[in-house]
Amino acid sequence: MMKFRFKRQGNDTQREKAKQDVFAFNKQTVEHGFPSQPSALAYDPILRLMAIGTKSGAVKIYGSPGVEFGGRHVPGGAVTQMHFLLGQGRLLCLLDKNTLHLWEISPGDKGSSLDKTLSITLPGRPGVEGVRASRVTTLLPTRRCDLLCMGTEGGAVRTLALPSLAALEARMLLQDQVLQRRVSGVPDEYKCGRSLGPVESLQEHPRYPGKILIGYSRGLVVLWDLNTWQLDALFLGNQSLESLSWERSGRNFVSSHSNGSYVLWAVGGSRCPPVCRPMSCTRPYGPSPCKAISKILWRTSESGIPLVLFSGGMSRASYGDRHCLTVTQGDTQVALDFTSRIIDFFTVHHTEDGDRFDDPTALVVLLEEELIAFDLQTTGWPVIPSPYLASLHSSAITCSYHVSNVPRELWQRVAAAGRLQSPSQTAAKWPISGGNSFASAPKQKDLLLTGHEDGTVRFWDASGMSLTPLYKLSTASVFQTDGDHSNSSAQEEEWPPFRKVGLFDPYSDDPRLGVQKISLCKYSGRLVLAGTAGQVLVMCLNEEWSDHVISSSVIDLLQDRKGFTWKGHDQLDPKAGRIRFMPGFQPVVLVQCIPPASITTVALHAEWNLVAFGTSHGFGLFDYHFRCPVLARCTLHPMDTIAMEGPLSRIKSLKKSLHQSFRRIRKSRLCGQSRLLVQGLAGKESSKQLGEQGDSRDADVAPVQRRIEARSAEDSLSGVVRCLCFADTYLRDAAQHGPTLWAGTNAGCVFAYALKVPLRSGSWGGAVEAILSKEIQLTHRAPVVGVAVLDGQGNPLPEPYQASWDLATSLDVQASHSVLIASEEQIKVFSLPKITMKAKLKLTANEGCRIRKVALVSLAGSHALLCLTNLGDVQAFSVPGLRPQGRENCIHREDVSGMASCVFTKTGQGFYLISPSEFERFSLSKCQVSSSLCSVEVQRNSQTAVPSTPPWRSGTPSASSTGGPPSLGGQDGVRISPGFSCGDIVMDTTGDLTVEDVKDFLASVDEMENNLRNRSTNDWHSAGILINGTVWNVL
Amino acid sequence: MSGQQRSCAGTANIIEVKSKFRTEYRRFGLQQASATGFQEFYKLLLSIHRIPGLDVFLPYVDFHGKLFPINNDDSFRRAVSCAQPLLRVILQHKDDEPRTFMKKKKGSGAKAKGKPRSGLLIGPPMDFHLVSSIIDVDILPETLRRVRLHKHSSNKTLGFYIRDGQTVRLTPQGVEKVSGIFISRVVPGGLAASTGLLSVDDEVVEVNGIEVAGKSLDQVTDMMVASSHCLVITVKPANQCNSMAHLSSRPPDSAHSPASKTQLISSAMDGECDNEEHDIIIETDGLSPSLPVPAVASGDGD
Repeated sequence: MMKFRFKRQGNDTQREKAKQDVFAFNKQTVEHGFPSQPSALAYDPILRLMAIGTKSGAVKIYGSPGVEFGGRHVPGGAVTQMHFLLGQGRLLCLLDKNTLHLWEISPGDKGSSLDKTLSITLPGRPGVEGVRASRVTTLLPTRRCDLLCMGTEGGAVRTLALPSLAALEARMLLQDQVLQRRVSGVPDEYKCGRSLGPVESLQEHPRYPGKILIGYSRGLVVLWDLNTWQLDALFLGNQSLESLSWERSGRNFVSSHSNGSYVLWAVGGSRCPPVCRPMSCTRPYGPSPCKAISKILWRTSESGIPLVLFSGGMSRASYGDRHCLTVTQGDTQVALDFTSRIIDFFTVHHTEDGDRFDDPTALVVLLEEELIAFDLQTTGWPVIPSPYLASLHSSAITCSYHVSNVPRELWQRVAAAGRLQSPSQTAAKWPISGGNSFASAPKQKDLLLTGHEDGTVRFWDASGMSLTPLYKLSTASVFQTDGDHSNSSAQEEEWPPFRKVGLFDPYSDDPRLGVQKISLCKYSGRLVLAGTAGQVLVMCLNEEWSDHVISSSVIDLLQDRKGFTWKGHDQLDPKAGRIRFMPGFQPVVLVQCIPPASITTVALHAEWNLVAFGTSHGFGLFDYHFRCPVLARCTLHPMDTIAMEGPLSRIKSLKKSLHQSFRRIRKSRLCGQSRLLVQGLAGKESSKQLGEQGDSRDADVAPVQRRIEARSAEDSLSGVVRCLCFADTYLRDAAQHGPTLWAGTNAGCVFAYALKVPLRSGSWGGAVEAILSKEIQLTHRAPVVGVAVLDGQGNPLPEPYQASWDLATSLDVQASHSVLIASEEQIKVFSLPKITMKAKLKLTANEGCRIRKVALVSLAGSHALLCLTNLGDVQAFSVPGLRPQGRENCIHREDVSGMASCVFTKTGQGFYLISPSEFERFSLSKCQVSSSLCSVEVQRNSQTAVPSTPPWRSGTPSASSTGGPPSLGGQDGVRISPGFSCGDIVMDTTGDLTVEDVKDFLASVDEMENNLRNRSTNDWHSAGILINGTVWNVL
Repeated sequence: MSGQQRSCAGTANIIEVKSKFRTEYRRFGLQQASATGFQEFYKLLLSIHRIPGLDVFLPYVDFHGKLFPINNDDSFRRAVSCAQPLLRVILQHKDDEPRTFMKKKKGSGAKAKGKPRSGLLIGPPMDFHLVSSIIDVDILPETLRRVRLHKHSSNKTLGFYIRDGQTVRLTPQGVEKVSGIFISRVVPGGLAASTGLLSVDDEVVEVNGIEVAGKSLDQVTDMMVASSHCLVITVKPANQCNSMAHLSSRPPDSAHSPASKTQLISSAMDGECDNEEHDIIIETDGLSPSLPVPAVASGDGD
């Protein structure tokens, strides 16, 4: 005992130095994948940048491949609308809390970044009835970027100066101004004081800046000149309006409606103000009732035939549940049928004044679960492969596996297989091309493999900044599944002309296909995939098409255990006969475990042609060269009946725990922004919070209590095999090393087998034998999460074939080896072959945290053991001394799924899922930091600079920021007479009065009252007006 | 024979001895000058009871009514000095289970625990094991109690539950209400209940010498479970009547015995607990895997 204590002391300074040299935590270097719950999209055609906002308040900017950066609103809220101030590198975001934020792209020494410069709270909050009318429904920054128009729920259009966001109170367009001025020819039904409804759309005239098209919900569209403050034209729509889009020339515009139709209008004439009727009205999927067309775009092309793009409009009864976007050009019409909801879309087209036509080159569609771009210049409008925003979760991710420093040869073979799989249909480049990425080319190639619920494995290029798909492998073809319908490719009826697009497919044909564990030998190209129904597939990389029979074996892991019945799912039925496989990874051997419980761990040794796998019942060893089982061992405790019954009996608790963890995720997502805050707040604050929570809990329910009990062998699921590893080491005596297999179980037991692997050079090899050599029962009985054999220097042993590739890494046979066993509670190092303890670390007893994941990594040349604990922190320890090297908070404590998904790379980086669709990458090594290095050139003239003191104050920024109290009845012609009151609004009581009418009426009254109050806070009138109890919400 | 004994009783330097073997009593006097050796005394007793050659224990009853063993010269002298006026000795056959000793954890427990391997036999330690002890009485504040629970066999549960709760603590900002961990339930029949040292609503202050302040309930649970085979908990008992303040005011012989050997809890505790926790390594080299013959080798550092 004493010698360890002695060892641990001393050379502390040296240790400190080593710590600093090696260990450097870098959280959130890159986020990969698709942002969870996107809610808004914007595009700047001048800077050629795209922005995506999410429901949690994140904002991300994307340009050319490699250009990506972002920010986050604090406190959060869903981003409902985003607009670029064209060419200025500024982004306006409207949040659902009716707050407006201005972001700026600013250059920095580490590349461009997105910084928030201004935030204002607009009057009115959703849900507060009285001020609902002032909720902003739509935004329009003018092309000159000097004015921001905001349409409100009450039907008014407010204006703000840009970029200061100062309210121009005088320039507010109310509905009665539109109608009560010298307008002739407006039918009575519009004139009689009925509300026009909320402002649905604002669009600026493409030719004359300052003229805006205002579309009201009830269908009326108005062309208003902001410069002269006059009405230019009235367009009498009679259908509930959804959106507006100008034609390039400004002579036409198109409106889309809630009944699934779109209407073309002509703008012209000099009569003042003309009242126009529709030119043409089209209902593309009529005549049966259709869903609303939520957005429409009208693009001219050189061929003369305009391109019309609209979302929705499908026949309500037949296709109401589809997420469709229709693209029409003349006779060509395609209904792009997506797998998730359409958030927004835009086209990339010519916007310079010199160009006569739009000539759109690409269509970019943001869906709830993916982003898809289409090449509009190639016939058939093929999909352009995306360089970023990969839809990682096209089927739910069940596991991930990282391979560092992939040899060139394997990389090229995988990439070639991937190219063959999805031949590029278009030569078009990625249409969003703003900014420059100056990240250097990655030094080495890294692969990230993700296993999915539908039995596929995706290979991602993880070497650089963004995660790009390389190759996709499906295992479903090996088995007979319910989803096998050869007629699924049968075309649907001709009309509507659907075309299925998108990868996102959350519905798995058969959950048993799910890939649970992956192991890849990067030198030999051998791949092992293990799945939910106890299936283990060994695959080889092959450049040719192949048509072969898969060798199939069954291993009974229960051996001679009697009295157990498996109540879980059946095993998968492999397809009989020859199966044709594409070039790439092709299955060669299939091993199925009985009972068909999910595989919990897998190990591959390509040099010995051995694969080991474990389930909750035991583990097995299989020789895939001779295709024969070598070993099967049951690890069940005789008393453990739960493990045998399979997942069915646990469904309830599983469901419950899933439910809880989802709730936890949602909770952590919701307070994702406050995550940083929580981490930052030290002791006092948090303990106060805890105290408060405790208070309320005491009052509500009985407190949670935890049982303190030692583990016993009979604990349920003690037989689960948690880790397996192969090693060439000294297990039986110190003189001769040989192949070994190590297995660790949930009950804290480690089995070590000596293997006899005959040389394969001759024609006859003989059978592989496994002899149990040692059995270590850890007294604390915590689950064993990792076993690794270390050489005399304390470095991990070389991988199979590694020595033959790189002689420097050949097996160290000089000094004695040791074995590192990590349980959830302790880490121990034992010497080999005599199992005597050399070092140990009691993590749980000292700190109360449990180890979730362990990995041996190389940090700047020296090896270290990384542990992820259930508190979400990552700790690094030296090997074999187990001295602490560093400790960092990494994953949010409650993010259980994040921890479960965490993988470490060999170089000290890590990936974990921050949402079902996004990986976050972090780094613990000083040498290995991948972060975004990109710049966006932005030129702003000095006039447009944002004032250094943002005008955010406790109230609205309205009155005082315009300079002095605004005088009533100013010079701008916006005049509200002091005597104006509710009585002045004549309500049409002759017609049929609906609840909506009343609401609109009240809303408009509210708005006017609010305005009045703003303008004349000292006026005695205000007091009289506020009688009806509407209280201005002071924020 | 009895008459002879009675005749000697009156003298001052003669100790009155009452010895009992099963249901038989003997009373005799002993010259204080001749009462030097344990072996002589032992032989004397055997001859008096006419059971020569039988293996017996010789516990005596001290003036508190407690049993202490006589098994060497020192303990014999102590027993003689305690004999005021009567030395009561109970002869116990070694085959008879000496269950009476199990009851006294606090006093003799630590004494026996301290030298388990020294070969010096105090009492009957072979079929005797410690389940709990109060330690560090001399270094802890009187309001706290540090308890060590030893879990030897797997058939007896530790048997207690913990919960979150509120407590007041003195901080640099003054007295503050903070969250704490409390014992919420003690299972009847469990180890915790059988010791009588832990009870409901006791606040858990430390586990294994590590303060639990600032740790979550789950963390503390994990810490306790991880060291469940030898758990040291420092509690602030809800009922302060039985706190160490009372125990330490006891007569000198019981006060010096319990905690004097565990001055430095962290180091001593670590060593002792480690000894108990050696992983079992089963070597099955050269044997067929189907017939593992368990040959237990010791784990730690030897």
